[in-house]
Amino acid sequence: MPQKVAIIGTGQTKHAAKRTDVNIRELVNEAVTRALIDAEVQLDEIDAIMIGNMEPFEGFMFPEHWAVEGWGGYLKPSVKFNTGGTVGTTTIAASYYYIAAGIYDTVLAIGFEKQSDGHTQTAITTVGDPVWERTMMAGAVGNFALMASTFIAEGGVTDEHAAKVAVKARHNGARNVNAHLQMPDLKVEDVMKSELLSWPVRKLDMCPQSDGAVAVVLTADHLAKKRCARPAWIRAVTTAHEQQYMGDSPKRLAVMRSQTAASRRLYKMVGITNPRKELDVAEIYEVASWAELAMYQNLGFCEPGEAGKLIDEGVTLMGGELPVNPSGGVLCTNPIGATAMIRVAEAALQVMGKAGEHQVPNVKTALATGYGGNAWTDAMILSASF
Amino acid sequence: MAKTDEVIRVPFLMKMEYRYALGAYASRFFQELKDHGRLFGIRCPECERVYIPPRPVCGICFVETGEWVPVSDEGVLVGATVVRLPFIDPMTGERRPVPYGMGIIRLDGASTAMYHFVDETDDAKLKVGRRVKARIRANRKGNMRDIECFELVD
Ligand SMILES: [Zn+2]
Repeated sequence: MPQKVAIIGTGQTKHAAKRTDVNIRELVNEAVTRALIDAEVQLDEIDAIMIGNMEPFEGFMFPEHWAVEGWGGYLKPSVKFNTGGTVGTTTIAASYYYIAAGIYDTVLAIGFEKQSDGHTQTAITTVGDPVWERTMMAGAVGNFALMASTFIAEGGVTDEHAAKVAVKARHNGARNVNAHLQMPDLKVEDVMKSELLSWPVRKLDMCPQSDGAVAVVLTADHLAKKRCARPAWIRAVTTAHEQQYMGDSPKRLAVMRSQTAASRRLYKMVGITNPRKELDVAEIYEVASWAELAMYQNLGFCEPGEAGKLIDEGVTLMGGELPVNPSGGVLCTNPIGATAMIRVAEAALQVMGKAGEHQVPNVKTALATGYGGNAWTDAMILSASF
Repeated sequence: MAKTDEVIRVPFLMKMEYRYALGAYASRFFQELKDHGRLFGIRCPECERVYIPPRPVCGICFVETGEWVPVSDEGVLVGATVVRLPFIDPMTGERRPVPYGMGIIRLDGASTAMYHFVDETDDAKLKVGRRVKARIRANRKGNMRDIECFELVD
């Protein structure tokens, strides 16, 4: 029998465009310290450390060297993960598997990125296959623009729908003290008039580049029940990979095959048949407003072609039937190696009732996703009971 | 020791050179492109998808591919955009001049698509569904840039 696994504490830095007041070790240490305090766990109770980071962004090969100074890893087992946009959820998934398998009882998972130390758009180029794709790479913006153009051609979404998603994110982020972008007064027309980066993607449709770190304490059920009044149980975890080249799935954004496959598998594992009704909140990895709209469909929140209607009806707003990204999401905060783990930490905060100003009332079941790599998806369900 | 709030940042410039071996399938594709200006895909015997880039195994069926099939130098845009955000060209290290057109192109006879430049910077003209044709260079070197770009044809 696998051990049941729960999240009993989380910690985040104040995310920002440039945290030049700290180096990478000091940045990570902020999140780790906060997570240990939140979980009420001492460092010597941590059996192992899982580290998520995208090395090309900082140009440093062994960030795990920093484990001792930054996160108390002296003589502890530690493993590093680097899976692209999904790295934070992959790191949580691995922590979950280690505990479920009975290898460790308590694991500290860490995700971080200090984008201001490097050159993000150039590093992203190395995602492309060097022989077939890299010559034509146009960074994250060009890629999402191409994908969004396909999505628009499928019908049912307009730039106004995308702008509404962008506004929702920034209004939610304004209630989250850790969020990088704070834009409580942003209006739909501001987004639609913002600089056109690459049609149909405008500046305010895109996520920012952030410095930030997150840490999560996971533990086995026999400890979780003793240590935490209301832990966030990890009910199910899954991950799905796409084919290798970007053009292998020509309609990648309109039909995210990995996201459809992963979410359907996940729902089946926990017996969810109507995600819109049965999920209380979702923290999803939406790098662009357009991507969030596509994800509504691909995660089964609505039928294909109805994503625009979903945002028009306010279903995914705070106070709606299924609030999506109460934290402000990736559209407010994007330290890449931390971003997907922030989704999990935020979903856990919602389940634990500790999300403060951006708390959704009575959250029992939450979805967290990661998206990236070459269109890979990680997905997990957190719940108040197991 | 004096306390300071001054932030010090140390710049570091790194130049790294790589030489990627193409392998048998890509080598054959680029040899054909270089010598004859022709494009080939490879067919999966089970699902009959025609793959570009050619590859030894169909990832969906997990069976060996094998049959090389010619594909057209014409196709259709399944994604299209005019990039206006300045971006460092990975081949030169220089800023790529903007605006420029890009597309996801599915060539006639292929099941998969490829990303490439499209010689059009008018957002109103560069649209999904438009037909395009490859502009193949006269002097070819055996790489993706032997296709200079695509151009709108209808
Ligand atoms: Zn096949």
